[in-house]
Amino acid sequence: MTREQIRKTEGFVALMLSTCAALLGLFWLVFILGDVLLHGIKSLTPGLFINDPTPPGVDGGGLRNAFVGQLVITICATLIGVPVGVLGGTFLAEYARGRKIARLISILADIMVSVPSIVIGTFIYAILVRPIGHFNGWAGAVALSIIMIPVVLRTTEDMLSLVPWTLREAAFALGAPYYKVITQVVYRGAATGILTGILLSIARVAGETAPLLFTSFNNSFFSLNMKEPVASLTVTIFQYAMGPYDNWHEQAWAASFVITIFILMLTIAGRLIIKWRYK
Amino acid sequence: MATKFSKNPVDTIFMMITAAASFTVIIMIGAILYQLLHESAPAIARFGVWKFLSSTDWNPVTESFGALTNIYGTFLTTAISLVIAIPVAIGIAIFVTEISPNFLKGPIGVAIELLAAIPSIIYGMWGLFTLSPIMSNHIEPFLKKMFGGLPLIGILFQGTPMGIDILTASIILSIMIIPFTASISRDSFNLTPSVVKESAYALGATKWEVVKNIVLPYSKLGVFGGIVLSLGRALGETMAVAFVLGNNHRITTSLFDAAATITVTLANEFAEADNDIYLSALFYLALVLFVMSFITLAIAKFFLLRAERKYSR
Repeated sequence: MTREQIRKTEGFVALMLSTCAALLGLFWLVFILGDVLLHGIKSLTPGLFINDPTPPGVDGGGLRNAFVGQLVITICATLIGVPVGVLGGTFLAEYARGRKIARLISILADIMVSVPSIVIGTFIYAILVRPIGHFNGWAGAVALSIIMIPVVLRTTEDMLSLVPWTLREAAFALGAPYYKVITQVVYRGAATGILTGILLSIARVAGETAPLLFTSFNNSFFSLNMKEPVASLTVTIFQYAMGPYDNWHEQAWAASFVITIFILMLTIAGRLIIKWRYK
Repeated sequence: MATKFSKNPVDTIFMMITAAASFTVIIMIGAILYQLLHESAPAIARFGVWKFLSSTDWNPVTESFGALTNIYGTFLTTAISLVIAIPVAIGIAIFVTEISPNFLKGPIGVAIELLAAIPSIIYGMWGLFTLSPIMSNHIEPFLKKMFGGLPLIGILFQGTPMGIDILTASIILSIMIIPFTASISRDSFNLTPSVVKESAYALGATKWEVVKNIVLPYSKLGVFGGIVLSLGRALGETMAVAFVLGNNHRITTSLFDAAATITVTLANEFAEADNDIYLSALFYLALVLFVMSFITLAIAKFFLLRAERKYSR
């Protein structure tokens, strides 16, 4: 073989391998999603949403408690996490723009986004479960909100930075104080972006299991009392999947199906909004 | 530059509120560190630092705790998953930036992002019910037959393939971290100035030579940052491995053995710890994990920032 042929062959092989890598990535996605969809649809019944669990080993029953519990915990986490995140991001992008402190907090928030969520679970256990004496729903909501704050904070900061500085100057020129400029001009300009960030952060925490394991724990009964243990879909999936009953496994698949579809739709919606707004 | 506008009292209040909100990030990190130190103080006093990190004894009955089996499991699964994930992720990034026709770039990018969006508990379920049987029935017996008899690497493939083991957990972890490395690598590749690439093409370089000699060296900081970020993610991943790793506090050499990582131990034992020193030892483990992943993520961030500065010049 000539030198040219060797180079061409080497290039061909390398590019083929890259293509195979991309196909492998797609293969995993299709494999996992397909598997969850197939197993999930089989066990998806209306009863799953309207019935409470039956005692272990008894057929029938549903996961109403877990669906409602998950919803309540996620909403509470959003109510805590979103205001703190948005306001914090506002400080970084507006009042502290360009300062060292803004840079530091921004970097720390980026690190917090990836900190193991189970560590946050142990932290919340220490401050909100042990002193109270029992697992409770608030602890779960706070744990999720701690995961949420850095995500919302960083997206808000980025989205506010995209609003042109001249727009603010125009408002200052009309004599508006800074807080009015922020709330009435900057927020409006960045609303879509911030909303997308919130959607994606909900998608992020809705699938979290580890921080709920020893905070909101689980509850086999329907309960809206956030001062008591509250069932969540993810913890229920963990418990049911590791359990010995086929009935449990089927319900775990159905719950996985619902939660996966919910999160993927949120993620896709977020992407579409960004594409539509910022292209 | 901005505070000079704040003469209005409402403005000062609004600024204080936003400042307080943003400082929660620092307070959170401080509080986590403080609480974990505080809760693990009894265990630190009893087992020390070096003794805790180097002891393989994890026995709730005799109340003797050492973290080495957990740390070993964490590092082993992370290392294997990185070895599997890095080539695939870089291959994906090369495909998306250099090979793929334009109409495929978007969909493949979205597909990779969806892979990152799937909750880890779904990976765990899938691993337990679907991947694990495939591993124990087909792939692991095959690997054992191929490599089990070889010297040196043979010890990696001993024992009965059960599917609930280090190899299965590492494969699931690798699938989970591919998206992080791939998307950061892709972004870094995209930042290579096309003038430089075109110059190489003009000299007669093949596409692969351009990737190998121009794009990869140019974007190595970003790619490296992406890899370290994935490493940090893999260290702390809990649910995906909790299903398929067993919870086995022994140092094992075979990939077909069950093991324990820090996260799996916490997930399985935290709610059941029935005495103070046991719970304190678990908090100690959480502290070790927090410090480990915080440092790793900080290093990743350092490289990504340096990369950013380099490209923006």
